[in-house]
Amino acid sequence: MERPSQEPTGARKFEQWTRRWLAPEGVEFCSGGVAEAHRQRVGMLIDVIRLRKPERIPLSLATGFYPFAYAGVTGQEAMHDYGKLGYAMKKYHADFLPDTQASAMLYGPGRAFEALDYRLYHWPGHGVAPTAPYQCVEAEYMRADEYDRLINDPSGFFLREYLPRVFGALEPWKGLTPLTDIVELPFTGGALVPFGLPEVQASLRKLMEAGDEALRWAQAGGAIGNEIKATLGLPSLIGGFTKAPYDTLGDTLRGTRGIMLDKFRQPGKLLAALDRLVPLAIEMAVRWAGLGGAPVIFIPLHKGADGFLSTPDFRKFYWPTLKQVILGLVREGLVPFMFVEGGYNQRLDVIVDPDIPAGTTMWLFDQTDMREVKKRFTGWACFGGNVPASLLKAGRPEEVRDYVKRLIDDVAADGGYFLSTGAVLDDASAANVHAMLDTGREYGRYRQES
Amino acid sequence: MAKPLVEAIAAMREEDALRIADQLLDGGEDPLLILEDCREALGVIGRRFEEGDCFIPELIMAGEMLSQISTRVKPHLKDQGKEPVKLGRVVMGTVQGDIHNIGKDIVVFMLDASGFEVQDLGVDVPPARFVEAVRQFEPQVVGLSGFLTLAYDPMRRTVEALAEAGLRSQVKVMIGGGLVDDRIRRYTGADAYGKDAAAAVALAKGFTGA
Repeated sequence: MERPSQEPTGARKFEQWTRRWLAPEGVEFCSGGVAEAHRQRVGMLIDVIRLRKPERIPLSLATGFYPFAYAGVTGQEAMHDYGKLGYAMKKYHADFLPDTQASAMLYGPGRAFEALDYRLYHWPGHGVAPTAPYQCVEAEYMRADEYDRLINDPSGFFLREYLPRVFGALEPWKGLTPLTDIVELPFTGGALVPFGLPEVQASLRKLMEAGDEALRWAQAGGAIGNEIKATLGLPSLIGGFTKAPYDTLGDTLRGTRGIMLDKFRQPGKLLAALDRLVPLAIEMAVRWAGLGGAPVIFIPLHKGADGFLSTPDFRKFYWPTLKQVILGLVREGLVPFMFVEGGYNQRLDVIVDPDIPAGTTMWLFDQTDMREVKKRFTGWACFGGNVPASLLKAGRPEEVRDYVKRLIDDVAADGGYFLSTGAVLDDASAANVHAMLDTGREYGRYRQES
Repeated sequence: MAKPLVEAIAAMREEDALRIADQLLDGGEDPLLILEDCREALGVIGRRFEEGDCFIPELIMAGEMLSQISTRVKPHLKDQGKEPVKLGRVVMGTVQGDIHNIGKDIVVFMLDASGFEVQDLGVDVPPARFVEAVRQFEPQVVGLSGFLTLAYDPMRRTVEALAEAGLRSQVKVMIGGGLVDDRIRRYTGADAYGKDAAAAVALAKGFTGA
């Protein structure tokens, strides 16, 4: 196998990315001081990715719907009124001043989802309360007998099977002809026929309506991000998104139950499908990379956590294709950022893989023993996380301060570390979030060593 | 001597398990003994789960095998009165605002398979529905599930609603979910929290003296 650590391209490409990260396009900083603060923060992030000690530990919040609760806006409002979305995101960032900016694009355009009758999720005001976060509706959106169709033609499967199931408005797409039929003039007319059917045309009009809304949303979201950079100097962290192939299948295609049964009933097909998804996962991340100027690709890890698989099954089904995605991104100079939800105490010996070059990845842990993480990660990869959601919600500020100090004492000494919440922040006490960040700011300085 | 059906289920050999169950039924075996084998196999799997030797996929697969075998056995069951005595009654649900069902479903399955009578209220269950279910079903235990941090307050409100209805002293409340810990137990006023389905069964057994 090719050894990426011996290939200079990834490192060179990373340098190009960092230049964009340091000076993001389309951002007019409101003062030289803010521009400098932005540059310093990006510098700290690059330092920890490269396993160095920055001047201070960078502070990050894995942000979910908390900005809305904090600013007195509902999630429903934020997904429909981009003025309110902007107000909440700006207030949240201005008041807490973490070192990274949470993306305003995380929440999606509610009206576009409603136009398409999106069924994969419930979102605030649409299936769940206006203040609840969006949540996935578990089901088998791909049937157990459809592996061959997915493997043979993933795009065709999405177009004609998956999309009609997850979008009510696109149900007529079940009748579309595979676009790969369009090879020569005599076949082309027939392939166009479905697009003349009234129900398909109605679905296309819905899609255009959703597209109009998505464009408005993307422009608003981009402007919010740029304004937070320009006025507060908070850089984007997440510049793209992809998934572990096992999670793509297990979260929204086969579902949790489905993939767990497939492991017993059709392991060969499962492995073949996982392999098939690798280039798609890499290509997706590379195409989106650079949103807001950042080269960090967010990869939330779900179905490989402790309890969800045995370690031998993790090695066999989960890790090989995630590793290929990680290596594919590193070769592009991008920084895979694994959000390790739940616990990974039984996985640490697997994921600290010598094929992954040192100083090229970021890992955010929640319920994993951070001292064990540090033991294995020092000199290999940047890590952070672990400040518990329960503490930020139900603890007292002094408890938060003690927890953060102890965490820093335990794991931060050698750099390559960022302070972060372990779980997505939807609900918390503001005093506790301040206590966490203030402690990081005061206690997280490396000056004594420099 | 180990029983072939118990062995096949415990080893996750689905086809073998179904074939053996069919053979036993065809051979005139007492259907209740077949179900007894299933429970025994599940006991083995449950112990392995507690010891960290098997995981959620194995629980899901065991559930799948048991449900297929029960479907085959049911037509042969003549006397419904022979149902084994239940260990106790549990009301389970995912709390208001949260629609996650996987963890809750596994707990329901494990409680049921361990001999509890479980009323499953589903997901996004408002406090009032828990109150109503406690009144009607008179469980000894109420299990509140939630995956989100935004489940903390609904858990607390559910415990409060039980108290306001004068039912708090009649039931033990256990909570669970990916982000639930002892701090959240104190915050919500629940009696206990469990980290997984095996813990939920142990708690329910403790509460009912089973």
